[in-house]
Amino acid sequence: MILDYETLKFIWWILIGVLLIGFAIADGMDMGVGVLLPFLGKTDEERRVIINAVGPHWDGNQVWLITAGGAIFAAWPAVYAAAFSGFYMAMLLVLFALFFRPVGFDYRSKVEDPRWRNAWDWGLFVGGLVPALIFGVAFGNLLQGVPFQLDEFLRSHYQGSLLTALLPLLNPFALLAGIISLSMLVVHGAMWLQIRTEAPVSDRARSVAIGLGLVVILAFAGAGLWVAYGIDGYRVVTQPAFDAPSNPLAKTVVAERGAWLSIYSAVPASIIAPIAGFAGILLAVLLSAVRRPGLGFIASALGMAGIIATAGLSMFPFILPSSIDPNSSLTVWDAPSSHFTLTVMFWAVVLLLPLVLSYTAWCYTRMWGKVTVDGIRTGSHTAY
Amino acid sequence: MIDPLFVELSRWQFAATAMYHFLFVPLTLGLSWMLFMMESAYVLTDNPVYRDMTRFWGKLFGINFAVGVATGLTMEFEFGTNWAYYSHYVGDVFGAPLAIEGLMAFFLESTFIGLFFLGWDKLTKRQHLAVTFFTALGSNLSAMWILVANGWMQNPVGSAFSHETMRMEMTSFSEVLFNPVAQVKFVHTVAAGYVTGAMFVLAISAWYMLKGRDLGFAKRSFAIAAGFGMASILSVIVLGDESGYTLGDVQKTKLAAIEAEYDTHPAPAGLTLFSIPDDQAMTNRYEIKVPWALGLIATRSTTGQVTGIKDLIVQHEERIRSGIEAYDALQRLRAGERGDEISARFDLHKTDLGYGLLLKKYTASVVDATPEQIAMAARDTIPPVAPLFVTFRLMVLAGVVMFFLISASLYFTMRRTIVRQRWLLKALVWCLPLPWIACETGWFVAEFGRQPWAIGEVLPTFLATSSLTSGDLIFSLTGFITFYTVLLVIELFLMIKYIRLGPASLGTGRYHGESGHPAAAHAAG
Repeated sequence: MILDYETLKFIWWILIGVLLIGFAIADGMDMGVGVLLPFLGKTDEERRVIINAVGPHWDGNQVWLITAGGAIFAAWPAVYAAAFSGFYMAMLLVLFALFFRPVGFDYRSKVEDPRWRNAWDWGLFVGGLVPALIFGVAFGNLLQGVPFQLDEFLRSHYQGSLLTALLPLLNPFALLAGIISLSMLVVHGAMWLQIRTEAPVSDRARSVAIGLGLVVILAFAGAGLWVAYGIDGYRVVTQPAFDAPSNPLAKTVVAERGAWLSIYSAVPASIIAPIAGFAGILLAVLLSAVRRPGLGFIASALGMAGIIATAGLSMFPFILPSSIDPNSSLTVWDAPSSHFTLTVMFWAVVLLLPLVLSYTAWCYTRMWGKVTVDGIRTGSHTAY
Repeated sequence: MIDPLFVELSRWQFAATAMYHFLFVPLTLGLSWMLFMMESAYVLTDNPVYRDMTRFWGKLFGINFAVGVATGLTMEFEFGTNWAYYSHYVGDVFGAPLAIEGLMAFFLESTFIGLFFLGWDKLTKRQHLAVTFFTALGSNLSAMWILVANGWMQNPVGSAFSHETMRMEMTSFSEVLFNPVAQVKFVHTVAAGYVTGAMFVLAISAWYMLKGRDLGFAKRSFAIAAGFGMASILSVIVLGDESGYTLGDVQKTKLAAIEAEYDTHPAPAGLTLFSIPDDQAMTNRYEIKVPWALGLIATRSTTGQVTGIKDLIVQHEERIRSGIEAYDALQRLRAGERGDEISARFDLHKTDLGYGLLLKKYTASVVDATPEQIAMAARDTIPPVAPLFVTFRLMVLAGVVMFFLISASLYFTMRRTIVRQRWLLKALVWCLPLPWIACETGWFVAEFGRQPWAIGEVLPTFLATSSLTSGDLIFSLTGFITFYTVLLVIELFLMIKYIRLGPASLGTGRYHGESGHPAAAHAAG
């Protein structure tokens, strides 16, 4: 064990953040493209161009989502248990929507009938829209606290079932967070389409990026003000040793207005995150306007990283605050796996992630180049 | 208290989603290696028919793969959504192989599969072959990691319970990884997948031969599948995972239930071919036995004993009594009591804590359990015998039939008379469902036979659930079954459409039904 437990707990908070940002950059792009598909593709061939612009890569990109789920299970089993069972109805909506994507991509162009193809196009739209929206809504609820509590055996109990569990999730602040995540993923998808397609599809994508980019900036600013003045954050009052065995019931917590901003005075450097959020998205808008989508894509990736990091940093050290029993909240210090498991998983990531990134990069470079209507026509039996 | 309906619904949902998922997985495992073999033949011989084979079987592979991915998403999240206490209780151990599966296997498989379908014109021949190889490797690695996780559920090695965190924690990664139960299960399961891939190609190629179309294409595909299938079915049978049934108490109990061994017989025990097991009276009626066979298969020796159900119940009752001690000590430790005496007492009994938890079904406080409750809990440690006895024999029967079909296929392929063996070709078409029947019954035996445990000897299934309501589960179970059934119907529709089209779906102009092809000209004339 080269790294002590406290350090590893902190590193795993960063690693889960990296996986979530990786998901937004890779699979978020495909979800954005899915949402844009029915609107930016006016003809069947244009739609095939849009689909094939992400076709070779969407499946690998989706693994960021799956791996983030698996990593939360391995590194923060308490969070995996409480959040996924608590957000049960929302998770089902996400899953049912995600089902449309693997089959949509592969099946859509295997039958000529326009009704068949149109139905799958809307399936891909739903498969992008619902997860993109719900993930934001979930973050919006994390920031407000979630109605769960742990009993003496650390079993998690969530308030409500079916609609009484689902509807409270869809509150105004959470919906604003949902709009941020949906619109930022769509902007990111539109950046990709500007790179990989030709006019008129790329021109339409450009207009979307400029318009929705401004929506992201306004909504992000609005959410910041809301967090400062409108909702309670949470603060740890008494904290057991940081390297103690994980026991979420050993600390005490209070809810407090403005607590989510305390990190920015305690660690001033963390202001970089929201700045990156604003600057990245603004740059993506500007670079779209001057038709430099390659740099613009990097800018929107940076912007999303900044926005996700802002949410994570504001809540630090909380991961899943409890609104009905704040002491049950799960934090970076009391939700993780054992020292041994965190060590094993740390080395697994250190060894495997660079490998993943390098062969992913190889795949992107091999498939590089504009996807065109002519290309779809000549490769009709191969392309999606 | 425990709501039996809710527990039952949770189990049904996991069983339904997992068994649906495993309709698609085995074909991926087997077909992916066959695609690699076909493409290797193309790279080595430059004969375009091998490229067409790779692409055509690859299309069918893709239709199957898409639903495999869709239904697989559920599995990654379902432990958290529906088995939340399980996730908390064993995530420290069980989560690791799942996360590594994502990092090592899913990324590999899914990153390259897009290039397999769409990269034919953008990659060199060798590059594309490498892409096919990595796709196959990725899907097989994923099987390995999930079976490491599953093997740990059957035989939880390399871990210990911590009263401070109220969960199981990993103590040795290599013990979890090299868990002998996991190793045996991995070999058995992937080999079953290879048989599925082989039977799929054999049956469809046989149908083309019966129709007299695309003979060269079909015969070449058939030959590869026959050879690959022979090696695979031999592996499934010879490396059958019965050898893993001597390891760990849960596996021993499962073996006794599968074989309806109510009594412990002197070694080597006989194998019951047929019987009507009666759990109430704990006897077999109308049984037909083969002497020695069970002892030899299960213990790989003439002296190893197979413990019978009645003796297992007696042993388990002892462990439940010890589990009560463990539970009592745990409660005191959780309440803050400290000292060498209490720690020593907990350490002495803690491997039986899971047995103590079985009593939660009958009494919330465990320590006040009556002798009747203890007896009932001990009885609960044996899964229902009849369903296991029957499904296991179905699996074996399917395996034996496939062994003969594949052997005959290989024999007549080598004699070069396969096209004339119409009886065999017809039998292959009709027996296409067999590998799926074998896979599904095999999983049923493995997991139903694990009951009443979610994690063997550690966590009872009824405690492993989330804190949801039956209403939640009725909604989600209905949703999953509806959604999956629609997906399955669409998948079968496309499968049949593309099987009927055959290699003509590639648009090369070389195959049955295409204009320019002699058969089409003949039909037109």
